[in-house]
Parts: sequence; C-alpha cells; structure tokens
Amino acid sequence: MQNLIYLLLRRMRLPLIVVILAYAISILGMVLAPGVDDQGNPWNMNFFHAFYFVSFMGSTIGFGEIPYPFSDIQRMWTTVAMYMTVLSWLYAIGSLFAVIQDPAFKRVLAFTTFTRAVRRLHEPFYIVCGMGDAGHLIVRELTDDGLRCVCLDRNEQRIQGLRLEDFPVDVPALTADVTDSSMLLAAGLQHPQCAGVLAITDIDHVNLTIAISCKLLAPDLQVICRSETHDSEANMASFGTDYIINPFDTFAERFAMLFKSPSMYLVNEWMTSLQESPLTEFTAPPRGTWILCGYGRFGKAIQKSLSFKGIQTVIVENDLAATGAPEEAIQGRGTEAFTLVEAGVETATGIVAGTDDDANNLSIIMTAHDINKELFTVARQNMRTNDAIFAAADINMIMQSGLLIGRRIIDLLTNPLLSAFLRKATSENEEWANILVSRVVGILADAPPDTWTLTVNSEQTPALLEAIDKRLPVTLGHLLTDPRDSSKLLACVPLFLVRANHNEQLVPENDTVLQAGDQLLFCGRRHAETHMRWTTHNYHALDYICTGQDRPVGAIWRLFSGHTSR
Amino acid sequence: MNLEKVVFAFFIVLSLTLNFGFFIGDLDNPNHHNVYELYAALVVSLIATIMKFGDRAHIGAVLLATSLVADLQLIAAVIVWTMAEHATGVGMTPMVMSSIVSLSGGALLANIISVIILVTETVMFRR
Repeated sequence: MQNLIYLLLRRMRLPLIVVILAYAISILGMVLAPGVDDQGNPWNMNFFHAFYFVSFMGSTIGFGEIPYPFSDIQRMWTTVAMYMTVLSWLYAIGSLFAVIQDPAFKRVLAFTTFTRAVRRLHEPFYIVCGMGDAGHLIVRELTDDGLRCVCLDRNEQRIQGLRLEDFPVDVPALTADVTDSSMLLAAGLQHPQCAGVLAITDIDHVNLTIAISCKLLAPDLQVICRSETHDSEANMASFGTDYIINPFDTFAERFAMLFKSPSMYLVNEWMTSLQESPLTEFTAPPRGTWILCGYGRFGKAIQKSLSFKGIQTVIVENDLAATGAPEEAIQGRGTEAFTLVEAGVETATGIVAGTDDDANNLSIIMTAHDINKELFTVARQNMRTNDAIFAAADINMIMQSGLLIGRRIIDLLTNPLLSAFLRKATSENEEWANILVSRVVGILADAPPDTWTLTVNSEQTPALLEAIDKRLPVTLGHLLTDPRDSSKLLACVPLFLVRANHNEQLVPENDTVLQAGDQLLFCGRRHAETHMRWTTHNYHALDYICTGQDRPVGAIWRLFSGHTSR
Repeated sequence: MNLEKVVFAFFIVLSLTLNFGFFIGDLDNPNHHNVYELYAALVVSLIATIMKFGDRAHIGAVLLATSLVADLQLIAAVIVWTMAEHATGVGMTPMVMSSIVSLSGGALLANIISVIILVTETVMFRR
C-alpha cells in the first residue's frame, strides 16, 4: 500500500503544481483587474470572492458574473483564466489516468493485492509454483476439497487464465519470477499457516532453486518437487526435499506393474483415478517383443523397467548419438512404415510412442496399427490440449506427465494414508491382489470406487471414542454394519489400518478391535461413507449396531422400559 | 548542479521568506501585514508541499510533515481573515489581525524547520 501511494504522489507532482499555479495566477489576476460596482464606483474583487469565482469557473460550472457585472478588463482576464484552469485540470486528470493505466503501477497494485490476500489467510495453504497442467489440476482438486492455494507463475497468461476460473475459494495468484526468494516470501513462505510448497514448473533447475530457498528460509515446511532428470533428483534429495516426483519413472513403475501383476495395477488405478469412472475393464499386455520409439528420458525409463521384467525391446531413435542408444537400435523416427517394419512390427506385441512430439507419437501409433492390428499401444502425450485427438486414437495406455504428477501430489496431500497403502501393497503378490480385486468388484459392481479415511479421535468419531473409553469392544465389523439394519453390511472394503504406534495392517479383518488413534482407509460406494460417519458420530446408532437392539433414547422412556443403565 | 535540487530549494526558501515578510511588523497592526503577501506565502507553501511528494527517505517524510504543518497554519489564517471580513462582519480589528499573524507565525516556525533540514541535508551530502 505504501509503495502505491508513493508512486502515485511522485507521478502526480508536476500535474498538481500546474493546477495550483493556474489557480494562483487566475485568482491574483481577478483581484488585480479593476471593476465597477452597481453604483458606478471603482471596485476590486477581494481574495475571497476571487477564489470563489475562479473555483466555479475553473470547474466550468459557471454561475455568471458576481457580485457585480464585470468590466471589460475583468472579462479579458476571465477568458485567459478559463483556458488556463480548464487545461490544467485536463492535464492533471489525464496524468492520473495515465498513472493508473501504467504497467509499472498495475504491477505494484497486483503485488499489493496479492500480499494482502496472502496475509489474510487464516487456514492452512499450499504455495504452488508453476501453473502448468499439473499445477492447474492440483489447484482445482485442492480447492474443491476446501484447501487453500497460493499460485505463482512466470507466465502472465496462465495467471490471467486462473483469474477467469471459478474456484470455490479465493486463490491468490501472482505473475512473478519464482526463483526470486522474495516472491516466495511474499507468497507466504514464512506465514504460520503455510503447509507446504509444490515446485512443479517444467524446468528442473527452477524447481531446485525453489526447494533450496524453502529449505533455507522455512526448514520445517513440506516441499514437493517435480524433476525430470536423475541428476537434479539426487541434488534435490541431498538437502532433504520431502517428495520428488519424476513423471517418467512414475509411469515406468506403473507400466512394469502391468507385467508383474495386472490386478495390482488395477488396484492402483482405481484408488488414484480422479474422475468418477466405473471400474475399468482391462486386458493385461502381452509379454512379447516391444518396440520403443524415442529413447529420451521417457524411453530410457520404460526400457529399464521392461528389461527388469525380462521383456525384449527394440529401440527406434532418430538421433542415436545424442541419446546414447545401444548399438543394435534402429535409426529413424518411427513415423514411417519401413522403419517400423525394420524393427519387426509385424511380429512385435506392443509399441511405445515416447517422443516429445505429440503429432509424431500419434503418427507412430497409427502407422504401427495399420501394419499390425494386434499391437498393444502406449503413447506419451505432451500437451494437455491434445486430449481430444489422443482419446480418438484408441490407444491402450496414455502417459501424460502433467496429469500423472498432479494425481501423485493430490494423493500425497489429501490422502497420505492412501499413498502409504499403495506403497505397502506393492510388495504383496499377485494372488493377494486378485483376492482384493474380486472383493472390491463384488461390492461395487459397476459403481465408481470412492476412497475415504477415518481417524478414531474426538473430532471425527466422537461416539466411537466414547464407546472405546467405556471399554466396550467395538470391532471393525461394527463399523462396516449398516446403521439402518444391523443384519446388512455397508458396501465397502477396509483396505488399511495404521495404529497409533505406527503398526500397519493391510486389509484388516472384521474382528479387529478398534483403538483410539487408529487410522483407517476404506474403499467402496460413496453413500457407504455417509452411513459410516453416522455410526461414528451418533452414540445410539453405534449402540444399536453393537447390541442389535433399538434402545430408548430419553431418560423417562428408559425408566418405563426398564433400561436404567446404558 | 542538479536543476531539480535548485527548484526544490528555491520553493522551500521562498515559502520561508514570504512567510517571514508577512509575519514581520506589529502584531495587531493591519497596516504592517499585506494580504497579497499572505496569498503568495500560501501558494508557494502549497507548491513546496507538492515538491516534497513521493520522497521515500526518512528526511523526505519529515520535510513533507513540516510543509503540511505550514500549509495548515496558513490556511487557518486565511479562513480567519475571510470569516472576519466577509462572513461575521466583525471587520479587521486588532484582535483578528493578531490571531492571523500569530497563526502565520506558527507556519513560519515550521518553514524554519524545513530550511534547517534542507541545509543539514545539503551539508551532509556534498554532491
């Protein structure tokens, strides 16, 4: 605010001096010009009258010649004064508008509004640096969950685009150089409510700079970074960045899971999908020879995970020397039929189009598909704007790094239990995953899966905690019972239980006795969550479930029915 | 030599000298205090105030404050004069004159402080 006033005053100095001088000269002239009063005596205007007259003349209100009709000299001077004052006003007002329209002034204004909005945040918020596809998705999901975000991006257009969007809560956003630590401070890095920083610009070095600034200026803050090279990943990890997300490695890991355990892949997909889509039908990819088009960071990550699973790959790369491709790699883009034929597309079982050009990737997929209809196709999508054409191309798997990073970060922030579950579940075998999948499918049928967490504490489960405090044995099975009819079960599966002593349990049994501080992860139909929360909040509902009896609620009724104790 | 500094100092000193010119003389004698001089003192004082706008240094802020005090005192003097002559019909009695002159005396004090600050600043920064 201070800056704004100083800037305005400094720029308005000359215009204001011009206005004062014009008025001073006009008033003096009016006082000096000889006039005649109504009796014909010589008369001079005094300063009071002159100021009054010039004031209404200068603003072109014009009450006429008062108190007496003017002499010719007075009229001549009025003509001069009129032009002088009106022009000075126009100049002053014009300058004022010019200052307000000035880009520098607008920048200061935007910065001032931004810092004020950040200062007024009274609930936990995240600083999102970089508003690409991932940033956009994260802000959308976090605000839908009622979490606050503060956005920074170097690109003015992205910030403008953000302003036009309709978020459920106010999202302060600023166009700024995110590598400038003073901008991070303005965004609330040292604000007591700041919960974390997401460095997800598309330049690794910028993310690295943000992470260092955060760890130095606010060491306790959670920092999540996006990184596309192993170099900067190691660098970020060296000073304690909390989470580093590499979109290529993340996808390659998932891709490898497809071969190891399709059911596990399916569990992953259900739990982390953002859209409420019904359970996807899925065919496991064949284990034959795979063709990799493009041996960049993406291609390398895929090749590594495929060879780890013992699957043969043929690499097609246009620039063999720069990418360090192995000797047996085939030179070419892969968009032409003969390169693909040379790579053995007729006998291959799958193809990965992983170049950094969307048009080329689509071309590779379509050319390959023309030659071999049975191919399992995987494509990398670089631009979110190409959603429609990628969807139309009928590709088995699409890798879109913005979406991938966004999903990972949203899960980390809004559902840490889910991330822990997936980490632990990955080490289980295929059989375990098959059982889990069949259980979930049995309960959900075609409905889209929903996950939620429950913590046994006074805030989330007051009734449950009261029962535990009274040493009543409440089991997980009780929670899964329908509070409307104790003979039925709710449509959900308990996935994960974390005890207060960090003891973790995958897919806990129904007879597990609940304790204070337990954290539970469920997967099931959406309405099951509502009913479960009712049980945990309402003592009578819980009592009904535990005993199977609908006991009287009021003291008098209890007296009559003989239930004197609860 | 910086033209901006010349103009700046010119207006500050001029507002002091004009103010002094009006103030000097018998306190209650209207013949010793010219209305044009008061007018000029007020106009120059207003311009001097605007010249000080937008200086973010601490010394600039103090200069602006003294100037605003001088303006306030002079405007009060002008209002007293106008009220006495035109609104209440009391006329220019010695009592009215002395209150006008004493108000301008206050403005004079503020202007003196302004000039002292200006001189101090000039001595401190020999540029």
